[in-house]
Order: sequence, then structure tokens, then C-alpha cells
Amino acid sequence: MTTAEAFEIPDLMLALPEIWLLGMACLVLVVDLFSKDRDHTPAYWLTQFALISTAVIAVSTQWGVDATTFSGTYVADALGTILKVSVLLLGFLGFAYSRDYMRERGLLTGEYYILSLFAVLGMLVTVSAHNLLTLYLGVELMSLCLYALVAMDRDSPRASEAAMKYFVLGALASGMLLYGMSMLYGTTGSLDLATIREAAATLEENRVLFLFGLVFMVVGVAFKFGAVPFHMWVPDVYHGAPTPVTLMIATGSKVAAVGLFLRLIGEGLEPLIADWQQMMVILAVLSLIVGNTVALVQTNIKRMLAYSTFNHMGFIFMGLLAGAPGGYGAAVFYAVTYAVTVAAAFGVVLLLSRRDFEADQLEDFKGLNERSPLFAFVMLLLMISLTGIPGTVGFYAKWLVLKATVEAGFVWLAVLAVVGAVIGAFYYLRIVRLMYFDKPEGRGPQPSGSGGFRAVLAANGFAVLALGLFPGALVAICMAAFAP
Amino acid sequence: MIGLSHYLVLGALLFALGMAGIFLNRKNAIVLLMSIELILLAVNFNFIGFSTFMGDLAGQVFVFFILTVAAAESAIGLAIMVALFRNRNSIDVADLDTMKG
Repeated sequence: MTTAEAFEIPDLMLALPEIWLLGMACLVLVVDLFSKDRDHTPAYWLTQFALISTAVIAVSTQWGVDATTFSGTYVADALGTILKVSVLLLGFLGFAYSRDYMRERGLLTGEYYILSLFAVLGMLVTVSAHNLLTLYLGVELMSLCLYALVAMDRDSPRASEAAMKYFVLGALASGMLLYGMSMLYGTTGSLDLATIREAAATLEENRVLFLFGLVFMVVGVAFKFGAVPFHMWVPDVYHGAPTPVTLMIATGSKVAAVGLFLRLIGEGLEPLIADWQQMMVILAVLSLIVGNTVALVQTNIKRMLAYSTFNHMGFIFMGLLAGAPGGYGAAVFYAVTYAVTVAAAFGVVLLLSRRDFEADQLEDFKGLNERSPLFAFVMLLLMISLTGIPGTVGFYAKWLVLKATVEAGFVWLAVLAVVGAVIGAFYYLRIVRLMYFDKPEGRGPQPSGSGGFRAVLAANGFAVLALGLFPGALVAICMAAFAP
Repeated sequence: MIGLSHYLVLGALLFALGMAGIFLNRKNAIVLLMSIELILLAVNFNFIGFSTFMGDLAGQVFVFFILTVAAAESAIGLAIMVALFRNRNSIDVADLDTMKG
């Protein structure tokens, strides 16, 4: 970025998905302003159209391409395409599940769609960043929208408390990330990730300062992931936020965090893998242990899923620390399939919730099989997938990660993870027992929701089964992103 | 002569002060916002120091972006605090403990 460099018009077509989504978000804003519809129907359909069309554009303009634009600050490549399409799809599922829930609570406003769309835009920018500045702006755009979304339910003391915690710790994480970035800039003299990568391979006198920055960046990224010991905010935010927002934080933002890690540390600092690998091992071990043990005693399903997230983040970290290409491919596959599974699990919670009633206690699932055999079966599929039982996609994802970890030489870590998964089976299968073998006190919550919502949710549940039986295509796509 | 290391030490001190503010403060949530601001300004110090001493403008451009984002961040933080105060009549950090488990 020198002044002598002549100005040249960037190749806007390469960044078409983001530009299109930005345009559509502005359109939704204006249309919603002039629409008289109390249910914000035009905003809803436009939002869904924006997400799907952006996914189509991303695949058609970026898959198989590997080029940078905007003076090297933005990269269009296969990895970005995979992560973008999954983030957009998860956004689509989130909106499809949340409409009734938000309407019944008076939260279905135009802002919900706008803020969510901008959060998704932030995720897209993050996974396509090729410069520290773009990376920071993408992460902040996503985070700022999510803070506001958590606080959307203004009259709920719990939501505002959760928002406050999320805000303070999220801002702290950004500060850590930025401090690390400033050290990187100081030692390499550049904000460009390709230049930083070259400089990282030939570090001499600045090595200590560089590693100092690296520590801060790993901590910042771990905060964004919600990995132990930087996990304090996760259970409270999952619990306090409106369930659709929890869904978004649990799915899209985790996929974006994988993108953040891969761009910043996986690709940018690859020459230093021996240094950050050790930090990731510690984070993975702590996440696996804390996640499983604390999840055992939860009675609230949102909190239980929050603690079980740590376990899954531990698995993703195992894939990431195993390095390219097998480990990264496995981590991306794990993150995407985990997000799809958890989206459906929150979808079932939303399905059982009604006006003034949150179906977030484990007891609410008692005897679900008698009230709705279809959705009890969907929940059964989701739970055995999260456990990692063969036949569902969760098993295949765990297997890929374990294979990569063993190949990288961390046999003991793989053993620990398997033991953790066995403990995890207890609290997942407890929900199955409640649904099939227990009787509810009173009638228990009935499934509500429109036909479209039910159809999408059932499709999402069976997709977990289908992906488990035929994982080949998705695995090939994830691995292709890291092919040399 | 003031060198680069002086700026870096000042940045590190401000950063540590901000961290201490977040973790030690048990009283007022406004102090949390101030601490976050302090952390971001410490980072700005680093960027400007490096940028000046290397003769590279990119660091100073980054600082403008950080300042802008920090302003937006404070606005959202204050809005959340208003919502919290409306619901609780208190912005004590020690009161943020209704969710357990």
C-alpha cells in the first residue's frame, strides 16, 4: 500500500457474492420500511431469496477460482466457497425455523432480518479475507450484529445480561486479536497474509516478538470459538439469547470461526505450525474434558448444547492442529456437518416452544414420541449424530478427524477424544430415553409451527442421516479445497 | 531520544491496564467500556509506532478503521447497558449472575 502504486480498478466481479448480499440487505431495509405487512412477509421472502441467490453466485463465480482482488485484500477460492455456501444455508435454515417463534414474542421486526443479514455478510467477508484489515472488519461486522441480536428481546433481563457478557468478552477477544495483529505487522512490515507467510518462514531476530503476537492471536481466536479456558460466555449467551439467535451463534459463527482460523493461522502462519500446534493441543484437551463433564449435569437443553459445543470445538481443534491437507479438510467437514446438525436440534426446540413458553428444559422432551413420532425420530437422528454413532454424519466427521490426528502423531489425543465421546453418549442418549420411554407430567408441549417450517426441519433431520450414509461427495468437496 | 521500544512499552502498559480493568472490576459496568476502549487505544499506539518507524502507511490506515469500529462498538455497548439498566435498575457487574449451571 505505497503511495507510488498507481490506482487500479479492482476486479469487482470476484467479490460478487458479498456485493450482491450487501445490495440485497439494503433492499430489504428499504422494502421493510415501506411495507405495511405486520408479519414482515416481504422482508422474510426477500431475505431467504438473498441468501439462496448469494449461495448460487458464490458457487458459480468462486468455485475452482484462486485469485485475489482489491490489492490482495480479498481472496476468492474453493475454501471460501465451501464456508460461504454453508454459512448461507445455515442462515436460510435459521430464518425458516425462527419465524413463528419471533412472531409470537413480538420480536419479528425488520431489524431482525437486517442485523442477521449483516452478520452473515460479516461471516462471508471473514472467510474470504486475505489481509489483516479485511479479516478484522469481517469479524467485527459479524460480532457487532450478533451483540445487538442477543439483546433484541429488550424486556428480558436474561437476554440483556447475556448480551452484556457476550459484548464485553467479545470485545476483549477482538482486542487480543488486534494486539497480536499489531505485533505481526511490526515484525513483518505488512498486513498482507501472503507476505506475512513468507516473512514467517524466514524469521530471525524478530522471532520472539512474532511468537508473542501469535499467542495473543490464538487466544483471540479461541475466544471467538468459545474453546476452554476462554469459554465463560458461551453457556450464558446460549441460555439468555432468543433461541433463533442462539442458533445463529451456534452454527454460522462457528463455521466463520473455522474460516478465521484457517485464513489467519492455518494459512498465514503455516511455517510456524510447530509453535501453535502445542497451544492448540492444550485448548483441545481442556475443551474435550470440560465440555463432556459439565454437560452431564445440565437440565436446560440450551445450556447442555452449549457445553457439548466445547466437546465438538475440541474435535475441530484436533483437525486444525493436525495441519494441511487432511486435518484441515476434516475440520471443515466436521464444522459444517456439526452446524447443520445443531441447527436442526435448535429447530426442534423452536418447534416445541409457544407463546410465553420456552421448551428449553430436558423435561419438555418427555414422551415426545407419543405427541409427534416424526419429530421424535428427527431428534433421535440428531442426538445419535452428535454422539457419533455409525450411520449418521457425526460418526464420519469424528472418524475423519481422528484419522488425521493419529496420522499427525497425536495418538493419545485421539484416545482421549474417543473416551470423551463415550461419556458424551450419556447425555445425548438421555434425551432419546426421555422422548421414547418417559411419560410427560401433564400433556407436555405440542409441536407447533407452520407446514413449511416442519417440512424444512424434517428435511434437515433426514439430511443428517443421508449425509451419514453417503458422505463421499461432501468429503471430496472439503478435501478438494486443500488439494495442493 | 524516544525510540520504538518506548511506544511499545506504553502500548503494553495501557493494554495491561485495560485487561486489569476488565478482570478486577466488580462494580460499575461503565468501567468495562472504558477498559475496552483502553485496550483498543493501546493497539493503536502499537500500530502507529510500527508504522512511523518502518515508514509504511498501512498501519496508520488500520488505526482509522479501529477507531471507527471502536466508536460503533461503544454505541452498541452503551445501548446494551441501557437495556440492562431498564430491566434491572442496576449496572453492577456483581449482579450479572442470574444464570447458573
